[in-house]
Amino acid sequence: MTTIDAPRSPYARTRRGLNLEKWGWIYMRASGVVLVVLIFGHLFVNLVAGEGVKQIDFAFVAGKLSDPFWQVWDTLLLWLALIHGANGMRTLVNDYVTKPRVRGILLGALVASTAVLLILGTLVIYTFDPCPAGADPALVASFCADL
Amino acid sequence: MATATEAPAAASAIQAFTVTVIIRRFDPEKDAEPYWQDFDVEMYSTDRVLDALHKVKWDQDGTLAFRRSCAHGICGSDAMRINGRNRLACKTLIKDLDITKPIYIEAIKGLPLEKDLIVDMEPFFESYRQVQPFLIANSKPDKERIQSIEQRARFDDTTKCILCAACTSSCPVFWTDGQYFGPAAIVNAHRFIFDSRDDAAQVRLDILNDKEGVWRCRTTFNCSEACPRGIEVTKAISEVKQAILRGKP
Repeated sequence: MTTIDAPRSPYARTRRGLNLEKWGWIYMRASGVVLVVLIFGHLFVNLVAGEGVKQIDFAFVAGKLSDPFWQVWDTLLLWLALIHGANGMRTLVNDYVTKPRVRGILLGALVASTAVLLILGTLVIYTFDPCPAGADPALVASFCADL
Repeated sequence: MATATEAPAAASAIQAFTVTVIIRRFDPEKDAEPYWQDFDVEMYSTDRVLDALHKVKWDQDGTLAFRRSCAHGICGSDAMRINGRNRLACKTLIKDLDITKPIYIEAIKGLPLEKDLIVDMEPFFESYRQVQPFLIANSKPDKERIQSIEQRARFDDTTKCILCAACTSSCPVFWTDGQYFGPAAIVNAHRFIFDSRDDAAQVRLDILNDKEGVWRCRTTFNCSEACPRGIEVTKAISEVKQAILRGKP
């Protein structure tokens, strides 16, 4: 009595480097949940609470960016949202661009622009000067007078 | 006696309709590009789209090429795009379509068109083979492999697949990237991953945890909508995703 030979078509797909697809998928879901809180919190504080839309001016933004709580909030918002969006764009490029050269250029541009925006945004959040020298006191935050 | 004389009259009164079918034709030996050709056929409301194709092929144009085998919705040969939706021609009744308008019939998308309604199914079957769709069991039981009703029910939905490719060829990710395993391959992996008698779930989960594996699914539900067997395809794909995250079925 003979037995049938084991698997006729062995798995042949070769694995190329690190597979981050699973982590990309998890990141999209985890960051999405956090972003819902961050974005609606941001919108509520800026547009609804206090005097509403009318309160937004240089002084309001400067006041927020000099508060460590909002610095952390905005940093999280910036990094989570930008990487979330960039990863979404990456999947779109992978879905629709079949030519390896064009795909490489688009993905490179995506990574570069994301990196530049992250660095610039983070710099602004932590190096922002709420009380520029010689500014009209009516336009800057109220605490600038105490300095 | 009155009923006996009425019966034949009623039978002969069954109404036939003239239905226009517009078929996307392509003959690789003559045509550079596919083109649409229309045919008028006499149909009853109980007829199927497959009957319309038969009438065209047998009575009007013998060069029309399409696949069909059992004609009863189980062999999976005659999946085609009917009025823009993937269906089996043998399971689509004329009365379920709007026959005041022409019926558009074309080959399924995303696979190489060979002739008229026939596509090359090889890329589809290649993905299917790669998920190792056969029982891999290490133990050698003396008698049968015992399975409880609950264990059998776990993967019952995905045993219904007939490999017609209606789901895979309705998937927008597969249209643009033929490397994607596609819903059908994942459904058939699911069938063995969640089978308590099978020992190679981990192998299949590794295969599908790939750049071209389950993570490419965008949950557009085209596959679930297209499946002529009513398999909840998107749900099966999600269950495989969860199994990969857990590291076990």
